[in-house]
Order: sequence, then C-alpha cells, then structure tokens
Amino acid sequence: MSKAFEELGLDATPLAGAMPAFCVSIPAGELRGICEQARARKARLVALWGSDETPRRAGYALHLALGFPSGLLWLSVQLSREDPHYPGIADIYASANRMQRAAADLLGIIPSVDADRRKWLRHGAWPEGAFPLRKTVEAAARFAQGPDRYPFIPVEGEGVHEIPVGPVHAGTIEPGHFRFSIVGEKILRLEERLGYKHKGIEKRFEQMTLEEGAKLAGRVSGDSTVAYAWAYAMAVEGATGTEPPPRALALRGILLELERIANHLGDLGYLGNDVALSFGFFQFWRLKEDLLRTHAQLFGHRYLMDTIVPGGVAKDLPRVAGESLTAHLERIEREVATLKSIYDEHAGAQDRFIMTGQVTPALAERMGLTGLAGRASGIARDLRVDYAIPPYQQLDPRAASHTRGDVAARVAVRFDEVFESMRLVQALVQQLPPGDIRAPLAAAAAGARGVGWIEGWRGEVLIALETAAANRIHRLHPHDPSWQNWPLLEHAVHGNIVPDFPLINKSFNLSYSGVDL
Amino acid sequence: MYQLLKQIVKTGIVSEPAPLPDDALRALEQRLGQVILKHFGRALAIRHVDAGSCNGCELEIHAMNSPYYNLEGLGIKFVASPRHADMLLVTGPVSRNMETALKRTWEATPDPKLVVAIGDCGCTGGIFGESYASCGRVSNVIPVDVAVPGCPPTPVAILQGILTAITPGR
Repeated sequence: MSKAFEELGLDATPLAGAMPAFCVSIPAGELRGICEQARARKARLVALWGSDETPRRAGYALHLALGFPSGLLWLSVQLSREDPHYPGIADIYASANRMQRAAADLLGIIPSVDADRRKWLRHGAWPEGAFPLRKTVEAAARFAQGPDRYPFIPVEGEGVHEIPVGPVHAGTIEPGHFRFSIVGEKILRLEERLGYKHKGIEKRFEQMTLEEGAKLAGRVSGDSTVAYAWAYAMAVEGATGTEPPPRALALRGILLELERIANHLGDLGYLGNDVALSFGFFQFWRLKEDLLRTHAQLFGHRYLMDTIVPGGVAKDLPRVAGESLTAHLERIEREVATLKSIYDEHAGAQDRFIMTGQVTPALAERMGLTGLAGRASGIARDLRVDYAIPPYQQLDPRAASHTRGDVAARVAVRFDEVFESMRLVQALVQQLPPGDIRAPLAAAAAGARGVGWIEGWRGEVLIALETAAANRIHRLHPHDPSWQNWPLLEHAVHGNIVPDFPLINKSFNLSYSGVDL
Repeated sequence: MYQLLKQIVKTGIVSEPAPLPDDALRALEQRLGQVILKHFGRALAIRHVDAGSCNGCELEIHAMNSPYYNLEGLGIKFVASPRHADMLLVTGPVSRNMETALKRTWEATPDPKLVVAIGDCGCTGGIFGESYASCGRVSNVIPVDVAVPGCPPTPVAILQGILTAITPGR
C-alpha cells in the first residue's frame, strides 16, 4: 500500500501491470471528501467514467482515476440499481463536468442536483431515458432519430452577436460545433458542443475478445494510434499477467516517439500555414511525408497502426533497418533545426504566435490542463519522466517546459519534443535488447482489472479495463487528454480576435474522436 | 529571409506524377456527361466531410496536400463550403449524430455533384460497423460514386479515387 493513499485513509490494492496503479472501492458518501483531500495533495483527475454491474447482481458504478506522484488510484463507487445518484465533483475537479454528463448520457448515473446536468454525448440518436451503455441495451439497437435541442448559454448585451460554426468546418478537420459570442472582432465567449463523432466505441469493445480489442483501441483517435495501442496492450498485459519481452518494450518506445515526431512535424507545418507562412507548411509536410514513408517501409504502416499488440509488437526492427532509421532522423533533425531558426526569426509569424491564445499557469493548474498544452503553461508533467518504466528508465527523458502558455509556447514545446524524441529513438535503436518481440498472452480471469497509461503526443492516454469471462471485455474506458484540454480552449480564446481562433485551436490540436467515442 | 530562400532553393520541386484512374473503385456507374467531366477535370472543388472517422483518413487527406502530391497542379482544390463544391470527400462510418449534418451538406452541394467515400469505414462501416450510434458506410446515408478502401488509404489511393470519379467510365 502506498503512503499517499494511507493518508487518505484508504486501503488500496496494487494492480498488476507496468505502471504503478492501485484500486479501491469507496462508499458514495466519502467521494467528495476523498476528492477534496486528493486535490489538496495536488493529485489530478485523469478520468471519470461509469459501468453497469447489474449482470453481477449489483447496481451501477462510478469510476475515477486520480494521478498521484506514487501512481494512479482507481476509485470505484458502487451505486444502487434503483437510485444511481452520486455527489458530483465538478466543483473540485473542473474537468469532471463533461465526463459526468457523458456518464449520465450513456449509463444513467447522475450527479447531485447542483451539478451541470445538460446532456453531452446524446444528440438525437437516442432519446432521454435510454442509456446505450447499459447491458440490457443491445449494441445493434436502433432508436428513432429525435430532435436535438441543446441549451447553449446565451450572451446578451449591446453589440453582442453570435457566430455558430460547425459541425462541418471549413477545413479538413473533425466535426464539432463552436458557438462564438463576439463584440466587433473580439471573442467574448466560446461554447463548445462536441459528441458528433460518437460511434459507440465503448459498447463495441464489450462485444470483443481481448485480442480483437487491440485493433479498435488503435482507432479511438487515429493520430494517437500508437499511444492507444500501447495503453491497451499494457492494460491487457496487466489483467492477464503477461510480461512483454524487453525488446518489445524498446520497440514500443521507438514507435511512440516516432508518432510524436510525425504529429509535431505536421502541427508545426499547420501553425506556419495559419499565420500565412505557407513555406512552413510545405517544408514540414515534406519532412512528415518522408517520415511516414519510412514508417511504411520499416514497420508496414504509415501511421504505425496495429504494430503494437498485446504481448509485444508485431514487427521487429532488424539492425540494418535501425541504422537507416537513425540516419533518416539525423537528416530530418538538421532540417528541423534550420526551420526552427527560420520560424524564430520570422517577425510576422512570431507576432501572431506571441501572446495569442494564452492559458496562464494559474488557470492551467485550476482547470487541470494536461499534456503538451500543459507543458506550455507551466504544468511540467510527463508520464515518461514521472514514472520512468522500461524502456524509458535508462534514457533519462527530459520533459519540455514553458510557462507563457500562448501559441508561441505550444510551438516551442513541439520543437523541444521533436528534438528530444529524436534523441530517445536514436538511443533506443542503439541499445535495442536482443530476444523475442512477443510473448504469448495468458488467459484472463473474469473480473480482472488492468490499467494502461501512456504519454501520447497530445498527453496522457488512459485505458481502464475490466475483463469478463472467456477472455472478453466487461468494460473498457479509453480516456483522451482532450477531455481535460477542450474546456481550456474556451478560456484561451477570450479577448482574442475571431480570425485567430483557427491558429489557437491548431496550437492545441485536440481530438474529437477521442472524446466523442 | 536569406535562410528561407536558401531552404526553398535547396528543397527544389519534390512533386511526383499522379496515379491513373481505377475503374474497380467505382460504386456507381459514371453518371456525369463528358462535357461536365471536362470541366471538373480542370478545376475540381472538393468539400471534405468527416462524418465520424477516427481521424486517420483526415491525416492522409492532409498528407495529400503536401508538396509531393501537388494537388493544385492537377486543378484540384479544397473549398470551405459545400456550396462551392463539385465533390464531397466523405470519411468515417457515419455516426448517427452526424447523419443529419451529412445529408444537409450533400443537399447544399449544387448539382451536378460527386461523392467519394474514403477508407474502410466509409466503404463498409469498418471496425465500428452499424450500431445504436453508427449508420455504417457512407452509402447508407448519401449516394456514393467512388469508394476508396484502406485504413487509412494512402494519399495516392485517395487521389486515384478522386481522379476515377472525374474520369469517363468504360
């Protein structure tokens, strides 16, 4: 038992798996007290979700994952079948707001009266009072498409008008709705409405075996396929007691850093594009395309999909291929260094980047900003650094850290991380341990839990798994850091001009699919 | 500025030749006449609609805009509104929450128009299939001319699908 949890008066059980994680069941009455103490001890809310336990002759359950310095604490609160209410915690952890509403839409577990009870994932695809993630609802169920009336918060006053944007946007991006209230060019308020991409991912997992789920996990958010596939594999390995070989772990590290580099290159290009420096777009997207082609050549897929599997990895990296990868990265590194100095010295670009879309460290701390955007606002957390597990243990990874919290800081974090990831890949290739790349997956007992927790390019990705009988999935919650960061985008745009919204939005580059599920 | 210009000169032109059309990708017989196709072939305006994808196909649509593929050189450009578009490039299984938006976007696109469905999910519903939340493939919601499989399809495959849609059928 860990000390942090002893202080909370909890008798938490360690969970098997690569990351330090513990679980404990608490009565609903203690939930708020524990969250208040956790918050006071600087623990962060990593995820909140619900589950249907009625097939096990129980009711429903609310689950929370809290991030402590000593590891992840998975809290479960049993709720009765007849009255699945619980005291909400969004006043303690602001990011819980949308997660509570999503759990209410999917499972009918409802926070106390004073909470924000507006719907979130439910648009018109299923009616009020139907809860698709309950076990009594078949995955193939069809509900009549109903009206979708969403109570946006109106802003009134002289000269205020609204601009509704989306769900189909002007660029090639995922669908979502943004409601701007503006005066002249300045943004007074932005309200986001997401959930358009809800396609029943969590329900789909419950129809799958542990092996089958890997492919779906890699498609929760396509740009983070490696992070999700690793988190999924880690959760399954924990639940089944499978130990992946050291060579597989090193290869996973290489894949995760390559995914980070590829995404950062793409974003750096688009950030140039959004400040009318199309030179930057074409240069970075040329480099990204080169890297994607190298991925396809070495690992068989441009985005490295399905290369991480439970038990290990699907594709080895022979010595010669490793050398060619290192040489290729060295070439890209030199070019990125040149492009960085061009960006740094470009007055027009810097003028648009600096002090645009700012999230101060104080606001970031209060609202729970995480991941890449967090590291641009003084939240120097990075799972690779905070819990150095193999293969990061011996590499001494360095977390990027900036404090200004503007677009320029999020650009700077990306540059820092591109260079650091290149160093990590090169070190991992050089020290690649010999041996197998995949261990056979042990059978899981029903009701076994596993946690996967990985620092993807956008931030921390969590997979919380509970198995069912016959190697199947009872409940799986994939959690994207975008849950935490989307609300901060609403703050970041305050007082900025509408034409800077695409730039600010791109500087966060949050996932829609990863939160709509 | 010197460094920027030097980088441009050093990079040179990296564009590669475009792929040829492939009739196997057609979901519907070519419905448009030669005269229209002649115009589309020289100036095609595309509106992309993500109807519920994992964002993987969007990565490849972005990549198609990289200098390797020189889209504008082929007379193809992406536009901001369906009202300016000749073609919709649709990704994803269509989520039920996007069903109405996709239909409205299709209705807002002036005739004659083409629809190209992108990716395994757009072609068949893919790993997400049909469920309480997913309508499955794009052609379950709007008529599809050409469907490009792949998870995600490469930029060359997507480009080939687009070129097939604007080429007269056999």
